[in-house]
Amino acid sequence: MKFTKRAMLKGAATALALGFATTAMAQDKTKVGFVYVGPVGDGGWTYEHDQGRKAVEAHFGDKVETTYVENVPEGADAERVITQMALQGADLIFTTSFGYMDPTINVAKKFPDVKFEHATGYKTAQNVSVYSARFYEGRAIQGTIAGHMTESNIIGYIASFPIPEVIRGINSAYIHAKKVNPDVQFKIVWAYTWFDPAKEADAAKVLIEQGADVILQHTDSTAPQAAAVGAGNVYTFGQASDMAEFAPMPRISSIIDNWAPYYIARTQAVMDGTWKSTSTWDGIGPGMVGIGEISDVVPAEVKADALALKDAIANGDYHPFTGPLKKQDGSDWLADGQTADDGTLAGMNFYVEGIEGEIPQ
Amino acid sequence: MDFSSISPALLLASLMVAATPILLAGIGELVVERAGVLNLGVEGMMITGAICGFAITINTGSPTLGFVAAAAGGALLSLLFALLTQFALANQVASGLALTLFGLGLSSLLGQDYVGLKPAQTPDLHIPLLSDLPFLGTVLFSHDFMVYFGLALVAAVWAVLKYSRAGLILRAVGENHDAAHALGYKVVRIRVLAIMFGGACAGLGGAYISLIRVPQWTEGMTAGAGWIALALVVFASWKPWRVLLGAYLFGGVTVLQLNLQAAGLAIPVEYLSMSPYLITILVLVIMSADRSRAPGSLGRIFHASG
Repeated sequence: MKFTKRAMLKGAATALALGFATTAMAQDKTKVGFVYVGPVGDGGWTYEHDQGRKAVEAHFGDKVETTYVENVPEGADAERVITQMALQGADLIFTTSFGYMDPTINVAKKFPDVKFEHATGYKTAQNVSVYSARFYEGRAIQGTIAGHMTESNIIGYIASFPIPEVIRGINSAYIHAKKVNPDVQFKIVWAYTWFDPAKEADAAKVLIEQGADVILQHTDSTAPQAAAVGAGNVYTFGQASDMAEFAPMPRISSIIDNWAPYYIARTQAVMDGTWKSTSTWDGIGPGMVGIGEISDVVPAEVKADALALKDAIANGDYHPFTGPLKKQDGSDWLADGQTADDGTLAGMNFYVEGIEGEIPQ
Repeated sequence: MDFSSISPALLLASLMVAATPILLAGIGELVVERAGVLNLGVEGMMITGAICGFAITINTGSPTLGFVAAAAGGALLSLLFALLTQFALANQVASGLALTLFGLGLSSLLGQDYVGLKPAQTPDLHIPLLSDLPFLGTVLFSHDFMVYFGLALVAAVWAVLKYSRAGLILRAVGENHDAAHALGYKVVRIRVLAIMFGGACAGLGGAYISLIRVPQWTEGMTAGAGWIALALVVFASWKPWRVLLGAYLFGGVTVLQLNLQAAGLAIPVEYLSMSPYLITILVLVIMSADRSRAPGSLGRIFHASG
């Protein structure tokens, strides 16, 4: 009951929003549409995509017209929203959640002249590019700080959906926490949502009650941060956005998604007629992944350690998945000094050795 | 797997917190539906209450005033629904859905300046002796006042509906509005009051999320709680105590499944994740085998001349 009604509602809402948003456009403008999974005010994932959209507007001024639809459920509704955008003359459409992958591909088939950009997916077509950021590089730094900071040696992890992007993050954080703290243990809770503040807060409270004193999150709202404030001595990290309003405690650092340069470059390519289907996967080096300021609560040597790691990753000296590494079942994955290839990372569906629990299938 | 890390006292205590928003919204909607009106705008009224309560708490520093404002905000929004359905005789389903859309939009407009702020904390009550009891003290007697308010409200609604003349009239209006009208009861006035009561309760439920459970303001933060409250009323066969049971079951299993996940239980997470919905529906459906049914005039438009 809940899902169908909500979906219906949102479908209606999006239809309304589109109807109002795109009237009276000048024909010579490049029209860029954005489809968001959460509200632009989530303070995390969607907020940063919307910052990217605003950067496009600021950069091109009168030459572009941007529209967006927020709170679009992943699934059939997404297809309707994307179709609607294409029908209303968008030249370039960014679909910014993993679950929009098949809807994007389906709509792209019907509109060969419209360019599509799908975030965090892996299916491309002649008019569909994919782009994502190497968030796992940031997770390596988080894991390092978390491993140092935990006193109970229990790190709580609020995961969203069991997709490769999330699993990569868990593995990367675990490997680097373990490296600095061999006794560390991860407790992982799957929330099955990208955005549900009440549920995210509940998950954070449960993890704290079960002894975690560092909480990592892969969901989009700041609710876990607020829960950590309530609990007192708990550390968190900003997710997708800096979440600086929770610094210096509980938020001690963050992973910041910086989409603006990419969005500007792709819009420019459409204007110039040079747009081609590409697969972009950039990390700390090119600036797509930023590390928010490490607050003073973190001891200076830990901070230095984390920043050194950041530099090593940025200039390519170090890959967060470097052997020797084994899979959870004890089988060999990477030999000493060997680094993971992008194909394996993109489809990652296993935990590394030492993580307890199973990945939901 | 390590179940010793789950504290039963904390688990039961957080159950009550997790259940309170849907309990408040559910008991309000129950009264509305017993009066024969189907208001699908619960989600919209909840989120409006969430931002009204949050904004007033930020500005005055008093959570109590915040909750009062939340109730007022929810009731005010529900008046719009009352206007549409009771005076303009619009379709209740469509008006309710519109109310949800409107509430979501209005709340994000009102909430723009409140993102990232922290509200004044609502203190947990400390009841001498009772709160110090070893196990029960943590579970039952150290909550914020809204948890007890929710329980008291259920008891009050039950007693009023069952034993008072006002409750009898309200039920008569819900069962057969033409007969109630023929007897001289003011059908429209009673329904408007019921709708406002439902709106106030939904507003309180929303504010409970933004002021206590999370506590912060985020757009769309009720994330479907209103729809769960609506479903709860149906599965509870329009009976107050069953709404309480359903809310506690839903809240309880939600918290329990998160605990079990964190403890590493070897049940696939998908099953754990759907368990709150399944178990709540299952239990309430089995209980409703006693031929209970919806109020006779539920969702029907009343016109005095008809």
